[in-house]
Amino acid sequence: MAELNVGDQIAELRMTPDKYLPHRYAGASGDFNPIHIDPEFAKAVGLPNTILHGLFMMGLVARASTEVAGGDPGALKRLSVQFRGMGAPETEIVVTGTVKSVEGDRAVIDTVAAQGDNQTIRNAEAEVQA
Amino acid sequence: MAIKTEAIGKEWPATTYEVGKEKIGEYARVVGLDSPVHFDREAAKAAGYRDVVAPPMFCVVYSAPALGPAMFDDEVGMNFAAMVHGGQEFEWGEPACTGDEITTTSKCLEIFEKDGKGFYVFETRSVNQNGDEVVKGTWTNIVRGV
Repeated sequence: MAELNVGDQIAELRMTPDKYLPHRYAGASGDFNPIHIDPEFAKAVGLPNTILHGLFMMGLVARASTEVAGGDPGALKRLSVQFRGMGAPETEIVVTGTVKSVEGDRAVIDTVAAQGDNQTIRNAEAEVQA
Repeated sequence: MAIKTEAIGKEWPATTYEVGKEKIGEYARVVGLDSPVHFDREAAKAAGYRDVVAPPMFCVVYSAPALGPAMFDDEVGMNFAAMVHGGQEFEWGEPACTGDEITTTSKCLEIFEKDGKGFYVFETRSVNQNGDEVVKGTWTNIVRGV
């Protein structure tokens, strides 16, 4: 792991999920809740349209967090998030993070996933080991 | 109306999931991961893994099925129409690799009311065929207007 210091920003991750991404994530994850894949159903339950899976966005936070360890999947030891705003397809997601503490070979990173001003995941804490 | 809390501590039957190489690749592609350790056996072994290794968040694929019966249990009694996934934590241990047989158990940790909302907290524990813990999950669902 590159030397991490408290206050360092991690590399920003940007991704724009296309219209069909929730369908592919549903297939990959097994979560076929219709609020993610059926616009009519989503609107019928009061949503503006289909929304992204929260756990998909958490997957992006995990990806951004493991990047600080060169993308090694074994480096991520813990990830805790709160889902707040709803995520929309066809809108860019930006994941940012700041190193909050470093102890030995472990660093704790505060991360946020946002679409514009809408923070879809906040108070996320990733613990990464070198 | 007081929230039902008799399901606190309740456990549900375990589910078992066998991790497949192509399923790992499918998941990895969707979240934009392109490291060869998620696709190529030799690359994974060269990086010190037993076989093609799953991304950490692949844990939802093998652990969520154990949560299904808990979520739909009448004793828990969650109102799905007003439910959102409020928070999630995972703590990873031994990496999940192709061929692993992962057994997951689920338990209701807490049910409480706060500011007119119901909080339902479940725990899943996933263990591989060697008895090593692969991941522990804490799932928080929030129900409005309880």
